[in-house]
Amino acid sequence: MQYEGDLETAAPDPGIDPSIFRFIAFSLSRLSKGVRMEEVLAVTDRVVDAHKADREALVEILREVNDESGHLTREHLRRIAEHTNLPLSEIYSVASFYSLISLEPLGRHVIRFCQDAPCHIAGGREVWEALEQELGIPFGETTFDEQWSLLTTSCIGACAVGPVMMVDGDIYGNLTPEKVREIITRYREADAQDVTPAPQGG
Amino acid sequence: MIRSSVLVSGDPLSLSRGAEATKLAIEAELSFYGLEDEVQVGYTGRASRTDMLPLVVVYPEGTVYGPVSPEAGAEIVGEHLYKGRPVEHLQAPGEVATAGIEALGPEGSALTGQKRVVLRRAGSIDPYSIEDYIAEDGYFALGQALGEMTPEGVLETIRDSGLQGRGGAGFPTGLKWSFVAQQSAEKTRYIICNADESEPGTFKDRLIVEGDPHAVLEGMTLAGYAVGADEGWIYIRGEYAMARDILERAISQAEELNLLGDDIFGSGFSFHIHVHAGAGAYICGEETALLESLEGKRGVPRIRPPYPTVRGFRGQPTVVNNVETLANVAPIILNGPEWFRAIGTGRSPGTKVYSMLGDVNAAGLIEAPMGTTLREIIDIYGGGMKGGKAFKAAQTGGASGTIIPSELLDVPMDFTSMRENGVGLGSGALLICDEDTDIVDLAYVLMRFFENESCGKCTPCRVGTAQMLEALDRLRRGMARRADLERLEEIAAYVEVSSFCGLGQAAPVPILTGLRYFREEFESRLRD
Repeated sequence: MQYEGDLETAAPDPGIDPSIFRFIAFSLSRLSKGVRMEEVLAVTDRVVDAHKADREALVEILREVNDESGHLTREHLRRIAEHTNLPLSEIYSVASFYSLISLEPLGRHVIRFCQDAPCHIAGGREVWEALEQELGIPFGETTFDEQWSLLTTSCIGACAVGPVMMVDGDIYGNLTPEKVREIITRYREADAQDVTPAPQGG
Repeated sequence: MIRSSVLVSGDPLSLSRGAEATKLAIEAELSFYGLEDEVQVGYTGRASRTDMLPLVVVYPEGTVYGPVSPEAGAEIVGEHLYKGRPVEHLQAPGEVATAGIEALGPEGSALTGQKRVVLRRAGSIDPYSIEDYIAEDGYFALGQALGEMTPEGVLETIRDSGLQGRGGAGFPTGLKWSFVAQQSAEKTRYIICNADESEPGTFKDRLIVEGDPHAVLEGMTLAGYAVGADEGWIYIRGEYAMARDILERAISQAEELNLLGDDIFGSGFSFHIHVHAGAGAYICGEETALLESLEGKRGVPRIRPPYPTVRGFRGQPTVVNNVETLANVAPIILNGPEWFRAIGTGRSPGTKVYSMLGDVNAAGLIEAPMGTTLREIIDIYGGGMKGGKAFKAAQTGGASGTIIPSELLDVPMDFTSMRENGVGLGSGALLICDEDTDIVDLAYVLMRFFENESCGKCTPCRVGTAQMLEALDRLRRGMARRADLERLEEIAAYVEVSSFCGLGQAAPVPILTGLRYFREEFESRLRD
């Protein structure tokens, strides 16, 4: 059959992508993991108490609990709601608004790549592609082994050395595709020996 | 007995390049030579070119070394501090050899004798030391104000100086303060420092806070005295962990010396400052969204009026000022409004701090008098265009700023002149683009930012930014038709007039100014 215009010829049916099974297994493992209730309560109670359950401190409470627990679960939000006497929906609405608070589990390392104009014109697109390739996931995702999350961030004020990314708390500048591969390798090697890599080079 | 002081640049970038190792190596070498009691070592904020980091400055000579590895640091101790012979081969090239912002100041040009108001200490003092700040006239303005001036006198001085808000809009600071001061006496008032700097390409506030935190605290305290507030909040970006740490330390140091807290200098005036960290949302730089976030809510903007000066934080009259604005306050009180008016232009007095980026030879932070033209800034401070290429456009003021073509290179850059030419100064970001820059792609990236950061409260901005992004994407891929371009312009015009807050109103500006000056380039990408 012939199509006119720019319609592309339909690709042949590739069959079932085997990676779908890995994905299903992965999703199930996550669900069954369960939340350690004692931990949730301990962290949440401590942070909320430190802020005297003050409504005005809600953003800071959420952020601190998030930073300690890696991300916020429904149980965290419930507990905070109980303490602050606010509806759960209100807690959720605030928590879901801010980019430094996560409602989903993130990887062991979180990459926040700056995608704004100054970094973009300094060669950001190639670096972006290299990151996706190296980790095998698109932006916004976490790897199957839960080691890496690849997120974007708005400007982190280090534009003079763009393109820039943050890995956990550390800033890396003047990035090139080769350099990001090197950095990721450094983290992988350090993880294998279970030490935190010293940031270097900029 | 301290005879020398060594400062290592300690901003995050320098740290990421091993500044800590350098500092440790210097300290180790000092104790090796038994100099640890004679030479003091500290960190300082950075205010110069980024390719020389980490910088090491040795005082009193003011010799600047950079970039300094741990080995080089040890050599500096042995040669310079022990034997008294500056190490020539490690010194930063001539243009940075005077430290700090002077680095970018041209020698013998028309602009020498340039006034550094905001950045005069950044890079030459240790931000963790209140003594360093006091030694450089720190807290003198506060002493003078509390001792000799009435609150009205302080307000009058700021009004007469003609200081305008440095956050982007250029609103007269004195006028804003007077709105709050004239509220009924029983109302609590607040001073808020907006340090939620997230405009892409802008990093001046971070470096001001990291380099000279007490200047911001002193400015806030003076503002509090002028308008009758006894409480202030600094809303700092969640991503600026180090700046937050520096501010918190500065506050506790000032409290220890009773330069902050109850009954300052025994004057009966009390002022307290708290730091509040954001959690990642560009919209929180908008003053009413900032107030919502400060109250622990989603950072969505409020309807104005009432303006924060009438109903702000906790529903009370509130001054919201940018970091750079507040850093200007103490110098004005100390030197008088005439001194300030003598800098810059008649309509926009003072200086402006710019973060210059892109295709110039020397990127970094500079402070120039208001009214300096873009051409001067590029040629003199930026060291010209990189690789001798031709200037094509500049993007001023971050994402919400305007695209400036070469025709406007000679417009004096101040709030009023820029506005008269249909462009804006904004936050002070200057993204310089050479002839190879793809304007359509640039517009696409800028729009992606807004589409991502739109808070979703109002429809024009939430839906409009997504539609504009989609249209720009088609355009940059060469898939758009003339009708798409017309539609893009139409949506841009709607979004600009009908959005709820400044974010949405600014979102179409890069497209509209891009189209105004580079229409052929947009049209050349059409399929028909």
